[in-house]
Amino acid sequence: MTTATAPAPTTGRSDATPQGVLRLGAGSGLALGVVLLWMSILVLLPLVAVLVTSATDGVSGFVDTVTSPAVAASIRLTVLTAAAATVVNTVMGTVVAWVLVRDRFWGRRLLSLVIDVPFALPTIVAGLVLIALYGNQSPLGIVLAQTRWAIFVALLFVTLPFVVRAVQPVLEELERDVEEAGASLGASRAVIFRRLILPNIAPAMAAGAALSFARGLGEYGSVVLISGSLPRRTEVASARMLGQIENDNLAGASAVATVLLVVALAVIIGLGVVQRRTARRG
Amino acid sequence: MAELTRPTALGAPPAAGQPQGPGASPGRGASGPTRWVLRLVAVVYVLVLVVLPLVVMVGRTFEDGLAAFVESVTSPEAVAAVTLSLQVAVQAVVVNTVFGVAVALLITRYRFRGRGVLNALIDLPVSVSPVIAGLALILVYGRNGWFGGALETLGVQVIYSVPGIVLATCFVSLPLVVRELVPVLDEIGLEQEQAGRALGANAWQRLWRLTLPSVRWALAYGVVLSLARALGEFGAVRVVAGNVLGSTQTMPLLAAQRYADLDESGAYAISFVMVAIAILCILVVALLRPRDHR
Amino acid sequence: MGIQAQHIVKRFGDFVALDDVSIDVQSGRLTALLGPSGGGKSTLLRVIAGLDHADSGTVWIEDREATSLPPQARDVGFVFQHYAAFKHLSVYRNVAFGLEVRKRPKAEVRRRVTELLELVHLDQFADRLPAQLSGGQRQRMALARALAAEPKVLLLDEPFGALDAKVRKELRDWLRRLHDEVHVTTIFVTHDQEEALEVADELVVVNRGRVEQVGSPNDLYDRPANEFVMEFLGPVTRLGGQLVRPHDLDVFADARPGTVPARVERLQRVGFEVRADASAGAERFWLQLTPGQVEALELSPGSPVWVRPARGAATIASSASATPADRAPEGAFDRASAGSSS
Repeated sequence: MTTATAPAPTTGRSDATPQGVLRLGAGSGLALGVVLLWMSILVLLPLVAVLVTSATDGVSGFVDTVTSPAVAASIRLTVLTAAAATVVNTVMGTVVAWVLVRDRFWGRRLLSLVIDVPFALPTIVAGLVLIALYGNQSPLGIVLAQTRWAIFVALLFVTLPFVVRAVQPVLEELERDVEEAGASLGASRAVIFRRLILPNIAPAMAAGAALSFARGLGEYGSVVLISGSLPRRTEVASARMLGQIENDNLAGASAVATVLLVVALAVIIGLGVVQRRTARRG
Repeated sequence: MAELTRPTALGAPPAAGQPQGPGASPGRGASGPTRWVLRLVAVVYVLVLVVLPLVVMVGRTFEDGLAAFVESVTSPEAVAAVTLSLQVAVQAVVVNTVFGVAVALLITRYRFRGRGVLNALIDLPVSVSPVIAGLALILVYGRNGWFGGALETLGVQVIYSVPGIVLATCFVSLPLVVRELVPVLDEIGLEQEQAGRALGANAWQRLWRLTLPSVRWALAYGVVLSLARALGEFGAVRVVAGNVLGSTQTMPLLAAQRYADLDESGAYAISFVMVAIAILCILVVALLRPRDHR
Repeated sequence: MGIQAQHIVKRFGDFVALDDVSIDVQSGRLTALLGPSGGGKSTLLRVIAGLDHADSGTVWIEDREATSLPPQARDVGFVFQHYAAFKHLSVYRNVAFGLEVRKRPKAEVRRRVTELLELVHLDQFADRLPAQLSGGQRQRMALARALAAEPKVLLLDEPFGALDAKVRKELRDWLRRLHDEVHVTTIFVTHDQEEALEVADELVVVNRGRVEQVGSPNDLYDRPANEFVMEFLGPVTRLGGQLVRPHDLDVFADARPGTVPARVERLQRVGFEVRADASAGAERFWLQLTPGQVEALELSPGSPVWVRPARGAATIASSASATPADRAPEGAFDRASAGSSS
């Protein structure tokens, strides 16, 4: 292809610039401006407002809010449950992805579709679905209503697809002959998985886990009904924030929000580091 | 923000599987008992976690008979909720699609300072709790918000009314179209557009005749994802709409309301409608999937 | 000793990949399984390695029955067409893998890996990742890796199929020399007859799940057992109801006993040979001549000639109506697009 009539960009870092990529012109510059404006109006500015509002009562106000018993309990509960659900679903999600990619059995396609359900389902519906099964009139006699287990199960439900869909493409790309090579060199199945496969899917697992955790931290709709939102017992952070908003305590809600944002950011960055580290060795 | 490999949200990614047949060893996945154990564990886990609750809920929905269900779903408040949900969803999807296409093109076809930052920021809404999203919007557009005063003088009410719901829905579904388009745009590369430019097509023509048609399935995919998300958003809308009956109640809000009012079967009824829509979306996406890669 | 596969049958659904195949490879020899794509040779190799299970039949490796052993227990080294490199491990760690899995002491591992890397001339690249190597280098690494744990048997599945022609030739020679040094019982699979003829001590021609012939390269070339083997291993042409090699035809300017009269249709100089298309009545065939012959006989399009197979030339009665007369043997280049599975 030698039709490069467009000016190739010459701005410094050119090693990754494919041929034909453009510099911003009038039209595209305008488009970029509009896009940035929209993002600012919609996302950036409001989030900044949250950070700013959390400091309305100063640092002491912030700390007071965040350390008050009900709030602290809700944050702790949310972080721990989200972490627990993420750990379980990282393992189970990998297992499910493995079975989807490597196994052939009747109903496999169906299984794949079912895995998408939690992602496509409105969160409130997920909550009602869980109530139907684990609520007070549970047909199985398993009543989880108003317990912490309910929250855990709800988070398992909504975060299931993330790790599965993150790991699946990587598993599909893995060449089978690598495993056969391992076998021919004397490695047992466990060793093959641990030393040959795991390093290759670890970055994807980390990515899926990050999304899973962030989702779990912020989950509201699926959790609020079945947990009963009992303060200091089964109230998650998002429910607490909603309560604060309805009580017009916007500063308090912002404080909690800021804590959650920081935790989410920290975990995402942390897992991003894990992802890059494990990917670099490959 | 660390750059995450973002999974294709709905459905398995349309990667070409490995061909079967001579050469595919049976020791591929796992041998004998291990394979059965894994298969069993995976299937049982998904079954118990996802299918069982769904089945029970569907059973509950029709507990009182089909007539009760129909009545519940066709009551004025239900109809209003469905209508509102659809209106909001369509608006949000349109906005997100335009935004998504623009951003995807900017990220893949241009180079500018801050491109990487933009790329990372796109993912932001997905990591944020919907309640926080609602809160954030209230802080800026609510009556006492940063722009609240200005908006009020203009006679525009955002929070506690439909525009607010649309905004909140846009917020939570912001990345969905972009993330579907970017990998596909990267994959098809720039050659087509270069050829188009050499043949004299201007930017607009290239967009309509070359670029968009080649990503149409990924675009459709992203639109359906967006739609599913928009219809189902609860937390952010709950904050922003204030839960006032009738005028600003979407389907999810109605379901929550009915449950709070101890009308469980009513809540299940409207939920069933949402489940049906969600499953429809999944099926459409599953059908679109094979066409995603040429 | 060596490798024996006896009465192997392997089906994939309705497709019979191996139909009662038996081979016997002597210890220390370099044997080629040669045949067209889809013929079953890779399947046979994988059955020997334990990567596929035969429906019936037995496999013996160095006097031990290996039929029901998993690949881990068979002590074979396997080299794959697409290298199967462990992408996330360095060249050193790749080669060391088999030894580390067997929990050998570090010092021994280091010694052996260094030795092998020197053998394959990759000692400079020990710390590189496979992605940083060329195809040929990766395959050499794969060979070193397979040899590291001193396997009883080395199996190579179209090892040079993914490489380009020049590298293929180099590695081919190199493999031969390696074998001469290391003397491990080796079986390699290829669809390239030139490669097989050049490298192997012994050929096993496999077609459609059956063994067509076994023998040394010269045996197979000079005394093919049937049409298929003859066609597969070298150029053929049909004259008077027989298949014969175009360079095995004697040409005269006048009638001699046993000759068939023919007319030269076309002469084409190809390098140091001349290909002469001719017709004998309705039958068309071709001859491979030297420029010297052409000059001596003063041949040109239209010249009458008298042709007969040379004394001692391989001939096979051919019943096929579809004449292969115009076909040069399918070489590696033609095969390249026919896929790699067999």
